[in-house]
Amino acid sequence: MKYAYYPGCSGHGSSVEYEVSTRAVCNALGMDIVEIEDWNCCGSTPAHSVSHELSGALAARNLMQAAKTGADCVISPCPSCSSNLKMALWRMQKPAFKADVDALLDAPTPANEQGGADLLETYSVLQAIVENVGIDQVASRVAYPLEGIKVVTYYGCLLSRPAHVAKFDDPNNPVSLDNILKALGAEVLPFALKTECCGAAMGIPDVNIPGTLSGRILETAKAVGAEAVVTACPLCHMNLDLRQRQAARITKNRPFELPVFYYTQLLALAFGLPENTMRFDKLAVNPKPLLDKIAERRDARVMAAYNEARKAAGV
Amino acid sequence: MNITRLDKARDLTFKRQVEEESGQNLSACYQCGKCTAGCPSAQVYDRQVSQIMRAVQMGLKEEALKNRSLWLCLSCSTCSSRCPNNIDVAAVMETLRNMARREGWVQDRPIETFWKSFLDTVKYTGRSYELGVMAGFMARTLRGWGNVEIAPTALMKNKMPFIPSVIHGREEVARIFQRYADKEDRS
Ligand code: SF4
Ligand code: SF4
Repeated sequence: MKYAYYPGCSGHGSSVEYEVSTRAVCNALGMDIVEIEDWNCCGSTPAHSVSHELSGALAARNLMQAAKTGADCVISPCPSCSSNLKMALWRMQKPAFKADVDALLDAPTPANEQGGADLLETYSVLQAIVENVGIDQVASRVAYPLEGIKVVTYYGCLLSRPAHVAKFDDPNNPVSLDNILKALGAEVLPFALKTECCGAAMGIPDVNIPGTLSGRILETAKAVGAEAVVTACPLCHMNLDLRQRQAARITKNRPFELPVFYYTQLLALAFGLPENTMRFDKLAVNPKPLLDKIAERRDARVMAAYNEARKAAGV
Repeated sequence: MNITRLDKARDLTFKRQVEEESGQNLSACYQCGKCTAGCPSAQVYDRQVSQIMRAVQMGLKEEALKNRSLWLCLSCSTCSSRCPNNIDVAAVMETLRNMARREGWVQDRPIETFWKSFLDTVKYTGRSYELGVMAGFMARTLRGWGNVEIAPTALMKNKMPFIPSVIHGREEVARIFQRYADKEDRS
């Protein structure tokens, strides 16, 4: 399986740590990825909120660029990008919509027998890891387990929604991240707000909207005893991590001090990949105390096993 | 209390138009309210999502299109995932938002300006550029100061590069926007 890789704009800005850790993890899992040449922004929520045709055309140019790589499908770490690319192809199965999109492009998209657009399917990197690589394969790569740290997984809105287009996991109670984190040796706590909206990009016009919504997510995560939140979305991450203090203030909480990781950072950590593939230094909420805790528990576990072995050998 | 004369206000062409554009069967809605119960924006809406569904069903165009809710919707699709009748409610909301813009009935300028600032950076460079979006938004609206609070951390962590990336095909992307604008002008 060859993957055409679509990084998405935030990979060059606010989510560098997601971008580098995703690439490193894909390589470690033996996924054959090649970046789409000269990809453009998918238009994100602003484009589809303004016009489906405009959003479709921005996606279609990327999918045409992707075809040039000779890959079998497109993958993107960003749920908003992968959702947009999926949605565009889904809508373009209607010949009339395809024609409207084609009218905005330099050259029309290729057609299939039914008159819909014949372009590559898109998946989130998470979906490709879970469905193509498999949890067993992930588990077999773990060299440094996460030593039972307590986490909640936060999926956000778009990874499995709308269900008829996303065709991945459960739209109300997704479990793919849970399964990965369990394979890495973390304790995944039950969490009711897995797919509650974090406020998305509403923070630009009005910080109170993501402040209130993200504040509630963080508050609940703390209340169930989480030591960290794990996410797969750059926008969710910005609201939960970069805006965490703001969210605490708006919801009248004391600072949460709750580290928020991209799941790929924890994969890289558990696989024992080089430190520069994790970029923990990019996180706004300091994850060091928790990372130290993992290291201490590991040392203690290894020491205990060592002493046990010595005792058994009668030394 | 508002009294609506259904025999006068009803516009069934409107209902059919929404059904056509969103690909959803509006008659399937039986007003259970689950979409509203799950909506994270419910407390800031001036008309709840299930009420908007009802308005479309009844062909009440203005009720459906003239409200702030369309502009406060987060496109999170929670409503769609909760609907027992499998209506993609978020797709209906988005269709209405697109229609309201075409009718010139935008009810919330700041979010519209944010979208415009975002799309401008895409139009000029081929990619979106966070710092550019923020600057463009603030210059146009003199709002968004709440974001200044996170700026020091964002800059310290080098999360907002000062140089936008520009793609080779930016003119190709600009032509997409141009054709879209031309089409909007014609209609
Ligand atoms: S998509 Fe919009 S209407 Fe539906 S639940 Fe989310 S915010 Fe509410
Ligand atoms: S959840 Fe579905 S059926 Fe219930 S009110 Fe909303 S749209 Fe109608």
